[in-house]
Amino acid sequence: MRFDRDTLTEILDTLTRNRSRSFLTAFGVFWGIFMLVLLSGGGNGLKQMLFMQLDGFATNSGFVFSNSTSIPYKGFRKGRYWNIERKDVEAIRQNVKEIDVIAGTTTEWSRTIVYNDNKYNDCTLKGLEPDYNFIEHQPMKYGRFINEVDLKESRKVAVLGKIVYEALFKKGEDPCGKYISIDGIHYCVIGVSVSESIISINGNTSESVMIPFSTLVKAYNKGDEVHVLAYTMKEGHKVSEAEEKISSMLKSIHLIHPDDKQAVASLNAEAEFSMIDNLFIGLNILVWIIGLGTLLAGAIGVSNIMIVTIKERTSEIGIRRAIGAHSSDILLQIISECLILTIFAGLCGLSFGVGVLNIIDTFVTTDAGRHYGFGIMLSTGIGITVILALLGIFSALAPALRAMAIKPIEAMREE
Amino acid sequence: MIHLTDINKTYNNGAPLHVLKGITLDINKGEFVSIMGASGSGKSTLLNILGILDNYDTGDYYLAGQLVKNLSENKAAEFRNKLIGFIFQSFNLISFKNAMENVALPLYYQGVSRRKRNDLALEYLDRLGLKEWAHHMPNEMSGGQKQRVAIARALITNPQIILADEPTGALDSKTSEEVMQILKTLHSEQGLTIVVVTHESGVANQTDKIIHIKDGLIGAIEDNSNHDKAMEFK
Repeated sequence: MRFDRDTLTEILDTLTRNRSRSFLTAFGVFWGIFMLVLLSGGGNGLKQMLFMQLDGFATNSGFVFSNSTSIPYKGFRKGRYWNIERKDVEAIRQNVKEIDVIAGTTTEWSRTIVYNDNKYNDCTLKGLEPDYNFIEHQPMKYGRFINEVDLKESRKVAVLGKIVYEALFKKGEDPCGKYISIDGIHYCVIGVSVSESIISINGNTSESVMIPFSTLVKAYNKGDEVHVLAYTMKEGHKVSEAEEKISSMLKSIHLIHPDDKQAVASLNAEAEFSMIDNLFIGLNILVWIIGLGTLLAGAIGVSNIMIVTIKERTSEIGIRRAIGAHSSDILLQIISECLILTIFAGLCGLSFGVGVLNIIDTFVTTDAGRHYGFGIMLSTGIGITVILALLGIFSALAPALRAMAIKPIEAMREE
Repeated sequence: MIHLTDINKTYNNGAPLHVLKGITLDINKGEFVSIMGASGSGKSTLLNILGILDNYDTGDYYLAGQLVKNLSENKAAEFRNKLIGFIFQSFNLISFKNAMENVALPLYYQGVSRRKRNDLALEYLDRLGLKEWAHHMPNEMSGGQKQRVAIARALITNPQIILADEPTGALDSKTSEEVMQILKTLHSEQGLTIVVVTHESGVANQTDKIIHIKDGLIGAIEDNSNHDKAMEFK
């Protein structure tokens, strides 16, 4: 057996001079790889697209809010409404050591914001603490977020959501220091958040105005009321650990039956995030099963067409044998043909797939110039190439064995 | 050159078919011999055995002093490549290779470099008057030209013997004559040993010795060195 440049030329000659045959043989593999790359890259892109919309949101966060009770307890009827109170936040902060940051939020719905002649209706007014920034990070375009002093002094300052800013101000105008009016109270704008997060904790950030918690409580006579209690966990602790403790604490403080499952509602963002994660892991496995399946079908296609081809080439192979080709020469020739076809077709599929992903990526890139990462990892590409080589050899086995069995005498029997 | 003693060959396709029933034959170096027989007489089987394309059951076959018996596939391929040049009825050129590449192919399997074997192929094509056709595909050539390409391919390895299986079977009488003329010239000028299998007496008559085969046995060996005038080509 010998393999050198001459052998390669011989193989390329055979392949290029039987173009349609080679093309048909290669197409299955091309398609398989193309689909694999497209699906896997598309999956990556979708995942990033989704995660980018959750961007800035602490993945180890949990939320608690009150609900009507469902069990009568200590003389209270069922169906009683209760509220989380400001002092509960402090109690939880002190007693549940696994919690890193805790912040209470209170909301006023459907406010109208006025700036000069511009109005923005149906805005959510959120009373937040500075720590809320650790739970749902606010990327600021102008100015700053609410700070401790704002909270302490109940300053009338406001941070605008993206859509609110766009409705009230001219594009590119710095609103800091300008005054907006909500329900007759004037607030000084201190910043604009450009968060596009689709996560809504009592309304999307982009459609709301955020003011200090203490300011909102005073302006709207909320007393001690906290609508949503948000917290994040210290590293190494799971949200579910705190969930139970917070719930039982609130129940004992507010005289709620310990078995009441409805009164304290909570949301575990960590669990939601890991569910999405799992979903994408599942999607990825599915993509690979489909992709590899298509690829395998392609390889079997190559094998099949090669077997038919070998039958068609009986005469050619017989002639080669008659004039002195060893059976190993024939074996090498067929294996090389399969290998070159699959690898070439596969790399075409790979490039084509990556190209298409690139085009998609260009189209879906956000205004902010962020790429969603429709693409595949280099290691995936290399892995695919290795798989291709293995498939090439695999697909060559059956036809090569068949070709080897051809006796030179068959060259003369043909025709 | 060729020495056969009591060659027997039976095909076992369903019912056993005893094709060669003890062939004993000597062909000397430089002879120009034809093997004649009706179809089914076993002449093609004999040629296949002579060409080491097929094996035989009993007997001995010496080719150029070497016993050819139960050879491995690879050894047989090597013998064919070095000792024997084949000319087939249907030319058996590889359709997607041009004339030069077809002629050069045996040398490829000897490991001769591309440039060297193509040069040599051109030389042989030139000798057969096909130099201008070197880069044409087989389907662009006439039957006579294709057979000449095949002859060039048979000659390029400098074989000990040329085996021709009905070399004129697919040609008209004029080109048949041309091809036989080429074989004759090769014989007379280069002293090549040539064995032609045919069922045409006209073709056989061109050779120096005619071996008649009938029912797997040698019927008669006819000395034809003066080429019987009555059977000359028409």
